[in-house]
Amino acid sequence: MSERAAATRVAARSADPSVTLVPPPRPAGRRGRARMALMGVLGVLATAVLWELYKVVVPDDGVLMAGVRVLPRTSDIAMPHTWEMVARLFEPVTRAAGADPLWLAILSAAGFSLGIAAIGWVIGVVVGLALALLMQRFSLAESGVLPWVVLSQTVPLIALAPLVRNWGSKLQVGPISWENWMSVAVIASYLAFFPVAVGALRGLQSPDAIHTDLLRSYAASWRQTMVRLRLPASVPYLLPALRLAAANAVIGTVVAEVSIGLKGGIGRMILEFAQSAGGDPPKSWGPIFGAVLLGLLAAGSVALLGVGLRRYRRGEELA
Amino acid sequence: MVLASCSATEGGDGDGGTGATGGAELTQVRLQLQWLTQGQFAGYFAAQDQGYFADEGLDVEIIESGGDIVPQDALANGEVDYAIAWVPKVLGSIEQGANVTNVAQIFERSGTLQISMADSGVTSVADFAGRRVGSWGFGNEWEIFAALSQEGLTVDDIELVTQGFDMLAFLAGDIDAAQAMTYNEYAQVLESVNPDTGELYQPEDLNVIDYNEVGSAMLQDAIWADTERLANDEAYQGTTVAFLRAVIKGWVFAQDNPEEAATIVTNAGSTLGASHQLWMTNETNKLIWPSTNGIGLIDQAAWDRTVSLAMQTQNETGSTLITTEPPDTAFNMEYIQQALDELEQDGLDVRGQDFTPLEVELAEGGN
Repeated sequence: MSERAAATRVAARSADPSVTLVPPPRPAGRRGRARMALMGVLGVLATAVLWELYKVVVPDDGVLMAGVRVLPRTSDIAMPHTWEMVARLFEPVTRAAGADPLWLAILSAAGFSLGIAAIGWVIGVVVGLALALLMQRFSLAESGVLPWVVLSQTVPLIALAPLVRNWGSKLQVGPISWENWMSVAVIASYLAFFPVAVGALRGLQSPDAIHTDLLRSYAASWRQTMVRLRLPASVPYLLPALRLAAANAVIGTVVAEVSIGLKGGIGRMILEFAQSAGGDPPKSWGPIFGAVLLGLLAAGSVALLGVGLRRYRRGEELA
Repeated sequence: MVLASCSATEGGDGDGGTGATGGAELTQVRLQLQWLTQGQFAGYFAAQDQGYFADEGLDVEIIESGGDIVPQDALANGEVDYAIAWVPKVLGSIEQGANVTNVAQIFERSGTLQISMADSGVTSVADFAGRRVGSWGFGNEWEIFAALSQEGLTVDDIELVTQGFDMLAFLAGDIDAAQAMTYNEYAQVLESVNPDTGELYQPEDLNVIDYNEVGSAMLQDAIWADTERLANDEAYQGTTVAFLRAVIKGWVFAQDNPEEAATIVTNAGSTLGASHQLWMTNETNKLIWPSTNGIGLIDQAAWDRTVSLAMQTQNETGSTLITTEPPDTAFNMEYIQQALDELEQDGLDVRGQDFTPLEVELAEGGN
């Protein structure tokens, strides 16, 4: 309900740019930002405290009820102490001469994965927007394509990964041959385009008939209606979709790295370090922190995009 | 990127073999491994690093595998020129239509163990009855099932538990007898701290069941080639012999210089700890050397046993891995024989009868 009302308000504003309503939310001042940073740090600390508290309260073997473990184990192998995990970050990856400290290795792996995820995200967004435009323009396309868009997300990655790699290996454009990282980016985009296609379509269709009718009465073309009314109205729907797409692209990248066996990224690192889960438990948690960081960076980048589009965001619940 | 830096030592090897070099353009070859870069594949990385491939006129790209890449499928699809894979898994693929040929049986022995804690009372396959037995699945389970059926047990008599990539479930006691490769998971346990002693687990803390001794061992790492191309493509035949020559030299190098070979693998991009890497290289050597007939030559009896186990052993759904004898093209020793003959003429020891493994001391976490 409120969403619809919000969309109506947005549409109303966008349709008539001469009417200025509520000014955009003022950016947080220096004090506000400091407060937010403090809250962030407190959140991380609270998680660490919860972790340690759980380790203290729950016995090493977890809690079993009728033979089923309802609370997970808390042994140092299953849940290393937070300070051990942090300390491990500053030790070298292995004893080998010249080995990087773990945090550096994780950062570089996260950077590698972020790059691929970003490419996947861009491809996904472009494809998703194109599909949404197509479906908005031709209702035949909507009824013909939308089910396939939904269906596409039911294909399991385990089936998709070898296929993408196989198709890719047959491709050769001039001197550029297909690389494994491109397969990973394609899989990331495959997961990323879906929320964009669906979200953008909903956004483009969100203006009320009264507004589209108004533009029609002005004899506005499809393109004018799109630029003046539908695109601005779609922003509040699009931004959450872009955020979802970013999360999907990151997950797609990490999982596809494992699936395809691409070297250099966080996914592969999780797989590689799993083998030391018994002998060096804090080490195997390192790449998981990297994955968290990756997700934060991806979400943060999209939030920046939202700042750029602030003018159109008035109906959106700010996250 | 990492591989490129490996060619620095190129030409370090003096004998040059019978390879056709001399400035001619190198033949591109893609080799698909069955897992990540690790000591299990030390011979291939050594051949790369020591310039043996280049000496043979080959530019070899070693491609790692991931969770969902099946080497023999990549080979059958024409993505790569050669693939490393276990024999029983490929027999299944061949029956499904993959047209591939075993051209070199690199591992003579199986590296699969089933390990249990010393106090668990599981010391033989017969003891599996009623216990939680771990396996990774995905075609790694057949030796277990074959061992069960030798004991007159079926999968219904055990509780089959799917293992992950780590040994946590075993260490936590969720698995009574866990599947472990001598060169990897067994070491993972020995790198972990035993909470009862505060020290690392020692071999005497564990019962080890070796499928070679049980009699249900199946052939493992072999080099597979494209059957069709072997039959019709003369250049590919020549490449195959040259490739195998370089691979043999790589594995001989790993036998003679396990420490250096382990370092080569680490430099090729493996993040395994130093002691774990060396352990893995050393244990892999044990699966190859000493080689009864010369490295890569298949032992007909071992092949026949693998085939008959694959036809008779039933899995948890009651089906067998294959239903009919594999075609004659399933293995072809012509090329490895030629490679061995040529290298033996050059005076290379391809049997390693004097092989003495290292005693590798594992560090905590394998680091």
